[in-house]
This record gives sequence, structure tokens and C-alpha cells, in this order.
Amino acid sequence: MKKWQCVVCGWVYDEEEGCPEEGLAPGTAWADVPDDFICPDCGVGKDDFEMVEI
Amino acid sequence: MAQANSPVVVIGTGLAGYNLVKEFRKHDSETPVLMITADAGCNYSKPMLSTGFTKNKSASDLSMADAGKMADQLNVTIRTNTRVTNIDASAHTVFVGEEAIEYSKLVLAWGAEPVAVRIEGNAGEHIFAINDLQDYANFRAELEGKKRVLIMGAGLIGSEYANDLSNGGFEVDVVAPSNQILPGLLPEKAASAVKNGLEGLGVKFHLGLLVTRACESDNGVVVELSNGEHIETDIIVSAIGLRPRLDLAVKAGLHVNQGVCVNRMLQTSDADIYALGDCAEVDGHVLLYVMPLMTSARALAKTLAGEPTDVNYGAMPVAIKTPVVPVVVSPPAQEGEWDVEANGMDVKALCRDDDGALLGYALTGACVADKLALNKELPAILK
Repeated sequence: MKKWQCVVCGWVYDEEEGCPEEGLAPGTAWADVPDDFICPDCGVGKDDFEMVEI
Repeated sequence: MAQANSPVVVIGTGLAGYNLVKEFRKHDSETPVLMITADAGCNYSKPMLSTGFTKNKSASDLSMADAGKMADQLNVTIRTNTRVTNIDASAHTVFVGEEAIEYSKLVLAWGAEPVAVRIEGNAGEHIFAINDLQDYANFRAELEGKKRVLIMGAGLIGSEYANDLSNGGFEVDVVAPSNQILPGLLPEKAASAVKNGLEGLGVKFHLGLLVTRACESDNGVVVELSNGEHIETDIIVSAIGLRPRLDLAVKAGLHVNQGVCVNRMLQTSDADIYALGDCAEVDGHVLLYVMPLMTSARALAKTLAGEPTDVNYGAMPVAIKTPVVPVVVSPPAQEGEWDVEANGMDVKALCRDDDGALLGYALTGACVADKLALNKELPAILK
């Protein structure tokens, strides 16, 4: 399981936790997150996330 | 008309300019686009400028791509270090000094600038306002070997810098005229929680006061406050406010208020000139944040590609990057009744109308976890 961070605002998507509020169950891999997903904090698209080690 | 073959011209290559063009290229890969920027045109995220020490990022680390790379990626021409000096709307022309550049459509994405401050004394060159990547680079260079920073202003940027510079090991003083931090954004109890958190990092607050004078001394700068108190520091950060840039728009005869006035199509009072981001006042709203900017970029990209699209603003909560006490706030648009639950650093303040509908909230500490659920209850800003 990996973590992905929004490069614009720093919001983190943790695959392990998913994001149930946005309809992403825990364990949802980043590759399976829909292409039209937008950062819940700042609204940028999926392209603007990068994998991070935290 | 000659301008039919002219490019779409975008002034500014910040988040607004680049994200607009990125979205535009999803609909239209061919129309020529010329971007003009007064700086070097690096693609960076402005909100990250107040997290540099916490994330250990220099100015060059924050630059994700230079102008050359962006031009290739977006299939556009980018003129860097070039300042537009005039706009002739009736001739569909922008001027760079004597040089005339015709446009088919013009987009103003030139952002906001720090409110200028004039402080008496001879320490002017030690006062920094950090509004772009170059300012940030200069500030970081100046901080080399220094230990103390005084921040003027306790709003969003001032508070974020207080946290970030403390994390960077600096001794931080904050001077602000308000009696609480984050005035206008947070209710008093939530603001106290954040203030306590920052004080725990060693930040010293001097609230209800102004800097009246700053003078060079043998070992730094001596700052005099309105109560006569003196503080020794090395560098001053001015974070007293940000306002939309208006000069060129005024000169061009466009309607302006607090920002460049645009309708829901992001169109200014001239039909072929649009504006978005920090310079724009969208149907009366000036929101200097990324989320409204992104929403605008998506709508305007469609409009420019031939599909006229109104922008809709949903709720626009703002995350304040004070990691010692995280904050997210959605200021209510109208008066309501606040209900505040506070437990140390964790504050949950909800503002509701007479019928119990949620108008806004402020969450700190562990309570920020409630934000996504609460967001669903919030009213839209522009439906």
C-alpha cells in the first residue's frame, strides 16, 4: 500500500485508508481511483499527485 | 478580423494560468496559445511557499518544471521575464512596451500582490513579502545564518509562516493589530487553540499592536511596537494581506471592484477578455484559494474551446497549513448561531441558521477529520 500526495496543497491519499467520504473504500489502489478524481482540499486533478514516502 | 488567427493570450503562469491551459488542451490541442509572464515561468504551487522548512524544500525543489518544459508539455509559446504594459481591448492587442501582440481571446491570470507597507526607519531592505517563487528564493537566501524572524500579520499566511519558520528552528515573533490570530476566519476559541499550539513551538505573539519603526542595529534589526516595546530580530516578513492586481485592467477600461469583475462565464466587461484566479472577482466573490481557481479553470477551458460554460462554486473550505494544530475552515456567508465544542487543541465550531442548516464551520486539531462529512452539508457559494 502506498501514499500519494497532492503537489499543489499537500493533501495525502493513503491507499490503506482510502477515502470513504469520496466513495473510495479502504485499500483502493491509486491506479483504481477514477481519472476524474479531484483533490478534496484544493480541487486539482489526479495528474497533480505524486507518490510519497511518509 | 485579423484576430481570428491570433493566439489565445494568457497573462500569468501561476496556478491559474497553467491549470487553465492544461484544462484547455484537453478540449483543444491546436489553437495557438501564447503565455506571457513577468517571472521565469517555473511551474510551482504557491501554497507550498509557506511550507518550505517543514517539507525541507528550497526554491528550486519547489519548481516542478521550468518554462521550457511547460511549453513542450502544453504545446504553447511562453514568453518569460516579459511584462505586459498595456491592453488595447478595442484593437484586441496587448503591448509589451512598444511591441504589439494581437490576441483572439485574452485571459488575465496575473494574480494578487501583497499589500504594501511602509515602515519608518532604515531597515527596509530587511522586510520581505513573499508572493512568488523568486521572492521565496530571495528570502531563503537572506535567512542563511540568521536565527530570528519577526512576522507582521497573523492571518493565514502569517500563521502558516509562524509554524513553518518555527519548524525550521527560527525564533519567531508575530506582531498583528488584531486581538486574535486568523481574524475573520476563525471564531475566537478556535483561534486560541491554534495560538496555543504555535506558542508551544516557541512563537511569541504581540497582538493588538503595530510595528511603528524598524532600524538596523549592530546585530540585526530593532523593531519598535505601538506600545513602545522593542524587539530584536534579524528579518521581517510582511504578511499583512493580499489584494488582486488591478492596474492594467483599470488602464484598459475594464470594470473592477475589489478584483477584476467577471460574470459566471469569467468574462470581464469586455467580451473577449476573461479573468480567473486571485485577480478575479467572480459574481462578487474574491476567493484567493486554489479550489475556486481550479473550478474556474475547468469552466473557462470549456468556454474558450467553444462551449460556453458557467462556473459553479460549491462549498470552498480552506485548509490552513499550521501542522502543529491543523485547521480547516469554511467561513459562513451569512450571520448564524455558532456552537463551539472545545477540548484543548481540538475545536469543532459549527455555524447554523435558525432552521439548523449548516452555514459554515471551523475545525482544529483532531476535529479536522470531520471536514469531508460536514462539507456535504455546506451550502454552495455560487449555485
